[in-house]
Amino acid sequence: MAQRTTEVIVGLFMIAGIAALMFLALQVSGLTPKAPESSYTLYANFNDAGGLTPRAKVSMAGVTVGEIREISLDKETFQARVVIDVNRSVDNIPADSSAVIRTSGLLGEQYIDISVGGDMESLADGDTFYSTQSAMNLERMISNFASGQ
Amino acid sequence: MVTDKLAAFGRLGLDIIASLGRSGRFLAGVLGGVSKPSVAFPLLLKQLYSIGVLSLAIIVVSGLFIGMVLGLQGYTILSDYGSEAAIGQMIALTLVRELGPVVTALLFAGRAGSALTAEIGLMKTTEQLSSMEMMGVDPLRRVIAPRLWAGFIAVPVLAAVFSVVGIWGGMLVGVEWLGVFEGSFWGNMQSSVSFTNDVLNGVIKSVVFGFVCTWIAVYQGYDCVPTSAGISSATTKTVVYSSLAVLGLDFVLTAVMFGDF
Repeated sequence: MAQRTTEVIVGLFMIAGIAALMFLALQVSGLTPKAPESSYTLYANFNDAGGLTPRAKVSMAGVTVGEIREISLDKETFQARVVIDVNRSVDNIPADSSAVIRTSGLLGEQYIDISVGGDMESLADGDTFYSTQSAMNLERMISNFASGQ
Repeated sequence: MVTDKLAAFGRLGLDIIASLGRSGRFLAGVLGGVSKPSVAFPLLLKQLYSIGVLSLAIIVVSGLFIGMVLGLQGYTILSDYGSEAAIGQMIALTLVRELGPVVTALLFAGRAGSALTAEIGLMKTTEQLSSMEMMGVDPLRRVIAPRLWAGFIAVPVLAAVFSVVGIWGGMLVGVEWLGVFEGSFWGNMQSSVSFTNDVLNGVIKSVVFGFVCTWIAVYQGYDCVPTSAGISSATTKTVVYSSLAVLGLDFVLTAVMFGDF
């Protein structure tokens, strides 16, 4: 085989290795600059975000309608501020809906369930949920029960 | 009678120790002799092609199927607990930490290591190596060194490709076929896989395995008995010793890296 062809093929091989390492670094172990899908942003403030993680799912009536982009601490209210990306196709969430943190299964991951309200107005891009329900903390529930509160 | 057996046993032990010593001196000879880059680079390139690029097919296909099996098995076990979204982290951690480096090294020993041994062994048997020496060309530099370096470089690359293809195969089964939500698949993976602790330790493992596998392969070829039976037994030894060394070293490296002591 010609020297030049070998050089090119081995070069491609090395690039494949570097690309694989980049993939392991960015996609498997870190954050990735993902292409923005057609979605709009809603915010929700929780007293306790529990084990919620970025990229967890957001569902309505059990159907996935979006995912969590970011969770940060609001320094003024000391609440967890969750940024939610909702699919553009779901554009009629009633304005008085509430965001509830739920757990799938007993030990599963946590996700946000949007419990639908009855308002005629819909939430638009950049709106914040009025009412939220924080993560259920099993330990706290047991200690409350035990101390009779 | 007993003394004869004892003597044979002692001779065997001395043979093993002498062979270890020869392989160490051999390695020092190969790594110590530095050629001019203009001469060494084309030779290295050719070896990278024949032991790296040509091994890609078996690595990609095995990685794909191992990832798919991990996805299926993980789903079956984890769905009992309602936490099938955790297959992302399970597949990624298994591949990056263990299966990627180990299976790549085992396949590499079978695919490329045996070929290296047979090639160098035949060169020795047909006295090509000694005629090179007669012509004043150092066979260690000309024949052995490019193969050794190509092995060091190729195995980490192959291991990284293996892990990536495996994760993709696991995603294919978990997300596309069994319906795990893709966001949780990647999200769980990213929150539990650490770049320095998992990915880089996996790379270190594959560098060590590449070093050991290629060293064993070229040494067995260089040191073989120059007959056809000698080449065949050297090739067998390459695969057996490489596999044992990889699995044994994997335990040691895992204990050092993830053992917390």
